[in-house]
Amino acid sequence: MKVTKILLATSALTALAGAVSAEGHMANDMTVVSWGGAYQASQTNAYTEPYKAMHEGLNVIWDESSAEAVAKLRAMNEAGNITWDLVDVEAADAIRLCDEGLAMEIDPDTMLAPGADGSTASEDFGDSLISDCFIPQIVFSTTVGYRTDMVGATPPTDICALFDTATYPGKRSLNKRPLANMEWALLCDGVAKDDIYDVLATDEGQARAFAKLDTIKADVVWWTAGAETPQLLADGEVVMGSTYNGRLFAAIAEQGQPIGMLWDAQMLDFDGWIVPAGLSEERLARVMDFLYFGTDTQRLADQAAYISYGPARASSAPLVGNHATLGIPMGPHMPTDPANATNVFVTQYAFWSDYRDDIDAKFQAWLAQ
Amino acid sequence: MPVLPQTGTGQQMTDSTPQSTGPMLAADGTTLKSSLNRALRRQKIRALMLIAPLLLFILLTFIMPIGEMLFRSVENDIVPNTLPRTVVALQDYDPDSNEAPSEDVFAAFYVDLFIAEDFKNHTRLGSRLNYESSGISSLFRSTGRAIGKFDTDVYTKQFGAADADLSDPAKWVDWMADPAIRAALPETASAYAGWADMVVNSQGKDPAARKLDDFVYTALYRDLAAGRSAPGFPAVDVSGFETVSIRDQFADAEGKWLDPEVWRTVKAYSGAYTNGYFLNSIDMMKSSDGPVARPDNERIYIKLFLRTIWMSLVITGSCILLGYPVAWLLANLPLRSANVLMILVLLPFWTSLLVRTSAWKILLQQQGVINDVLVWLGVVGDDSRLALINNMTGTIIAMTHILLPFMILPLYSVMKTIPPSYLRAAKSLGATNWTAFWRVYFPQSVPGIGAGSILVFILAIGYYITPELVGGTKGVFISNRIAFHISSSLNWGLAAALGAILLVLVLGLYWLYDKIVGIDNVKLGG
Repeated sequence: MKVTKILLATSALTALAGAVSAEGHMANDMTVVSWGGAYQASQTNAYTEPYKAMHEGLNVIWDESSAEAVAKLRAMNEAGNITWDLVDVEAADAIRLCDEGLAMEIDPDTMLAPGADGSTASEDFGDSLISDCFIPQIVFSTTVGYRTDMVGATPPTDICALFDTATYPGKRSLNKRPLANMEWALLCDGVAKDDIYDVLATDEGQARAFAKLDTIKADVVWWTAGAETPQLLADGEVVMGSTYNGRLFAAIAEQGQPIGMLWDAQMLDFDGWIVPAGLSEERLARVMDFLYFGTDTQRLADQAAYISYGPARASSAPLVGNHATLGIPMGPHMPTDPANATNVFVTQYAFWSDYRDDIDAKFQAWLAQ
Repeated sequence: MPVLPQTGTGQQMTDSTPQSTGPMLAADGTTLKSSLNRALRRQKIRALMLIAPLLLFILLTFIMPIGEMLFRSVENDIVPNTLPRTVVALQDYDPDSNEAPSEDVFAAFYVDLFIAEDFKNHTRLGSRLNYESSGISSLFRSTGRAIGKFDTDVYTKQFGAADADLSDPAKWVDWMADPAIRAALPETASAYAGWADMVVNSQGKDPAARKLDDFVYTALYRDLAAGRSAPGFPAVDVSGFETVSIRDQFADAEGKWLDPEVWRTVKAYSGAYTNGYFLNSIDMMKSSDGPVARPDNERIYIKLFLRTIWMSLVITGSCILLGYPVAWLLANLPLRSANVLMILVLLPFWTSLLVRTSAWKILLQQQGVINDVLVWLGVVGDDSRLALINNMTGTIIAMTHILLPFMILPLYSVMKTIPPSYLRAAKSLGATNWTAFWRVYFPQSVPGIGAGSILVFILAIGYYITPELVGGTKGVFISNRIAFHISSSLNWGLAAALGAILLVLVLGLYWLYDKIVGIDNVKLGG
């Protein structure tokens, strides 16, 4: 009964497939979701404006909803009405969306431009292809900034200054989530860098990280938005704090605040595009056409002129030039610059997607105690 | 029923008059009672029609979405829908046996997972089960990648060699259309039905023209090896077949499949409905001997619920204290100055909530305006500045300010209706200022306090953005956790359970308020 019904349905389906396959043209509207602020401006300047110049009549609509992208995409999917064409998300969110079937799978070698140095797209992106649905744009890092006038004669050089309240008294601002904090706590508690995730997977290891964090708990201001730490530093509310490296660059180079930054034990992370699953053929054709252009070697290198995040393609690195308005070379401000990348953590997505719920529950309970 | 006076108009509205001998009849011959009922019914329908648009609107845009969201707190059909065969096979599994389930369960799981992988549902199921036991998400993901490469292709090859018809998908369509064969080979029929559904709905292909996947032949082998056979279906002697253990295949892919903990979780959450989310919201969890409390370092929700109620009460109390004198001034000042004051009260309404909250950050922080003034005045030392933000104090101060208008306005509209002559009368009868206020004025303003308190309390208990910004870790509410589970962790079931509990709490407190103060004693004005 069920089987025969399915068999009957098949013939109807084949007929339908024939009708749809007619060549569709590209949609003239494209809704792009991003984070707003300087980051979105860098995307507009480097990606969409040049693309619009090549395609007369294209209308790009920006939606600053990346922070709630996962929840909103899920709601759209349940309502059966996907209004977004392209969404900028953090790597961890891309994994979630891919797992939930809300993002489309991408084959970089057939869908994206090859590298300008002749490498295939998948070689060019390399390790940044952390999910089947993820098209990386930038490498950013979570790192620590400090007030140069509040740390005395010896400014901190390594990450464990966070836990050294004797040498650097004062408040610290940390992200209100376990990621990065747990790794730093274990590292400064003497765990070898290569063992950190093995230790963190155990209850004892988690307890050890919390015990280390306990030593500074009374001195911590917890942040939820990346803009908070630069503001707290500028106000003199905290002596040091973690935030994204681009925010620190803006505070130091663009605003001239008395702030210095550490690159030690920076947590490298990726940000990039996902294409929502279930787009109509016209819209999909437009998005894929844009993506081929917007994620090529030159475009990713261009973005670095507006914001100090490293391009995700290896072939873009040599093309990174000067800041668009300040005129200073951007290379030394990239998290991937060899001088900055001597001690680097790459966020372990596989680990965090498994342990996030568990460790987060403990982290929140620890915060509330 | 009151007896109407006799007015001599003949027809009376009541049939209890002494002269009536039967039911009174209306002009059209029906009884008066039913005619009256009909008229009333028509009236009711008309009234209902008038409110119908609004009713429908509320039903569709408010009640239904909330109901649907709350339903998620018990919904768990993702497990039985994705693993239908495994759930049935697991019924006989004893989770306390400390052993992984038998080959039968793994065989059923093989079919389910293969199909789920094709539909890309297995990762979703993995993240659902990962809420309950960490590590399951990656287990499903990595096994999903391996499942197409299991060694079960030996069955496909051996059946193809034994009878070429078995490699012909078109023949399979005919066999599987025969109810007798389906009944005789249950595992094969179930696997084939799943396979055909997968080919049509996931791949968009024709099952009559597509090579069958290994798992169908595996199921066929299991049926035939168990001694089943069907007339009209090729009889293959499988006794000499090379075999593979599905259990070992899973164990090779991920050793964790032999961990009974994984199967305990799958079995515990195999029902279409679950109380797991609600247990989680009260810091408990499922175990094989009923619900147990979570370990100390994971308990958070009861604490947050209590804190939310306690802080909302404090905020309501401080709103009454601060709002009462302002409302009194508003009601008693001359019109011109009252208007100016009213604008000052309303001004915050016209300012963005975020701006007001951020302003409090600047005022309250340690290097902020208030601390600077206190240091300048010498009230506190420069090295012992007060911590007024990123804690409970910050939340209470900022939220009291933000919710104050909701207290002042109902108070004002009630106080406006209290005639000033009452106070004068009380004083002329010898009352002191205090007695006149406390015995005469205050009782009349209580309905305003009631209305304001309900408004402020209910708004406060669900507040989210202000505690998030100024609350630090000790000043956040349960709503912040709900928001986290909705937008970050995607654990909507838990968010729904927490929301449902919050809703019940508010209704409970409303009922309590009705019992103690009386809901009739609430006035928003006049």
